[in-house]
Amino acid sequence: MNRFETVFERPAFIAFTVAGDPDPATSRVVAQTLIQSGADILELGIPFSDPVGDGPVIQRADERALCAGATTDSAFALVRDVRRESDVPVVLLVYCNTVFARGPERFYREAKEAGVDGILIVDMPIEEADMVLAYATETGIAPIFTVTPTTPPERVKKIAAHAGGFLYLVSLSGVTGKRETLSEAALPLIQSVREETDMPLALGFGIATETHARQAVAAGADGVIVGSAIVEIVERHVGDAKGMERELSDYISRMKAAVVGSVPADEDQNSV
Amino acid sequence: MSNGRFGDYGGQFVPETLMAAVTALEKGRNVICPTQEFRDELSFYLKEYAGRETPLTFCRNVSDDMGCKVYLKREDLLHSGAHKLNNTLGQGLLARHMGKKRLIAETGAGQHGVATAIAGAVLNLPVEVYMGETDCKRQQLNVFRMELMGAKVIPVKGGTATLKDAVNEAMREWAASSGDSAYILGSVVGPHPYPEMVRDFQTVIGTEARRQILEREERLPDEVIACVGGGSNAIGMFHPFLQDDVRLVGVEAGGRGNAPGEHGASLESGRPGILHGALSYLLQDDDGQVIDTHSVAAGLDYPAVGPEHSMLKDAGRVHYESVPDADILKAFRYLSRREGIVPALESAHAVAYLIREQDRFERDDIVIINLSGRGDKDISREVVHEQI
Repeated sequence: MNRFETVFERPAFIAFTVAGDPDPATSRVVAQTLIQSGADILELGIPFSDPVGDGPVIQRADERALCAGATTDSAFALVRDVRRESDVPVVLLVYCNTVFARGPERFYREAKEAGVDGILIVDMPIEEADMVLAYATETGIAPIFTVTPTTPPERVKKIAAHAGGFLYLVSLSGVTGKRETLSEAALPLIQSVREETDMPLALGFGIATETHARQAVAAGADGVIVGSAIVEIVERHVGDAKGMERELSDYISRMKAAVVGSVPADEDQNSV
Repeated sequence: MSNGRFGDYGGQFVPETLMAAVTALEKGRNVICPTQEFRDELSFYLKEYAGRETPLTFCRNVSDDMGCKVYLKREDLLHSGAHKLNNTLGQGLLARHMGKKRLIAETGAGQHGVATAIAGAVLNLPVEVYMGETDCKRQQLNVFRMELMGAKVIPVKGGTATLKDAVNEAMREWAASSGDSAYILGSVVGPHPYPEMVRDFQTVIGTEARRQILEREERLPDEVIACVGGGSNAIGMFHPFLQDDVRLVGVEAGGRGNAPGEHGASLESGRPGILHGALSYLLQDDDGQVIDTHSVAAGLDYPAVGPEHSMLKDAGRVHYESVPDADILKAFRYLSRREGIVPALESAHAVAYLIREQDRFERDDIVIINLSGRGDKDISREVVHEQI
């Protein structure tokens, strides 16, 4: 059964980390901490040498992980570790060449065996997705796609027709990274995409604070994705695992509360 | 080729955040570039401003040495000193027609950055150039040239701080600002429509060369040689000869040797992979991580290559070879002394290949080398005096 189906019955908190950042052992602790502190979906980035979709924070995480020996195999090993302890859905965030180098058929098969639930290929727009969609269907791994403020409505329809799991709404034009305020484009984006599809909508890029999370959910987002803010905590505490665990756990708990708490009380009870 | 494929190669492998930008560029190019107004305007700038057409120079001394007739296509004499300006004037004009208010570009050695700065100055558009921090230090003169012409040079620290990282950063900036900014990509790489569009702007090289050799020799050449990094000067030179019975050779950077990280020979040593929006031959490890490159010529220091070259390699239509750094420096000094023409280290790859292969040619054979740029930027004590 598809792990995404139940997750979006109430607003979901989606937490991102780079697999292998800053090193394999610490990365396992990060993943466990994110889940134990309330992440509803774990998003794992496989580090890539040339992450054009990412801002400086995640670029540095990719470099740390690669320097510490991260590979595609070690990312799958991390998924297996997570799977042993948790049923939380795991989404891989990868660049196209990582999939292509392994061969899409083998990549999807190994991802499935490791326990992956969804795969988002950052630099693979729907037009280029034919090389993977058949394997996504075959393995039951949800093909997750992004929609941005510059995606026209007819294209949103086309993307939604092929997408699985949820739609990843990119709140702004540009790359990943924390921002002071939620992009002005974010809330209208949720509303306009909602008109085109019934899929769960998760908002990401530039979300870092409880206020951002509340605003997103209030505007109708089914999920809130936080990446760079988490990666930054990991970065600040390289060499201080205890401090990292404490700050991550505190931050994730607060964000989760903001996401869940922003649902009107009666609706919240209905969904439990 | 509606989605920009060259056989299996090419494509538009970009994040959704860039799809609106590449789609708008594709549309703008299809609508604007074929119009007579655009073509006239571009011709004006190429002729009156950049100095086209460039000569096809018969080199008597080199011909005597090599035992065949050697011609150089003199892109080194184009304003700015390299072929890059053919492309930046074309893309710059297109950007102006599309109502863009700013040009952004990446640069490795600085030649494309300089060519973009020139286009921006003459077309009245502000320019921002992303350049790896390592390259900024290696090519400081070009940083000054860009700044002198009003461009802002932004050093890129990430990754290896060289050309590929400058492309990454320019693509990120384009994703954030594509509404008012045009990304002027410097080679036949990147997502569709760049490989086609840049080729079309550079094809003027081969079109002229083909006509010039027919006027001069009343026949086509036996062989045409060009260096290949991303491959824009080569594809521009080769394209008009593709249907002819002419041997075409692309020369890649052999660097310091065959080991990974020591060269830039994507076609010779790479395998198909996806970088910067296109599927093409790529220097990568088993996991698809892009491998560092090395070349004495900074302009060939790039791990991928234009997708059309990948198709031409597989089809066997173009031969791709590599020549090591040591031979490049010899060729650099050789052409300077024998003809009084200082080639760019990039272009010296094509010269070095001819020197290596000279025994293959007969007295009446005709060889054209694309001298894609001049070597002023490369002159240093080491390069001039180093004994190898």
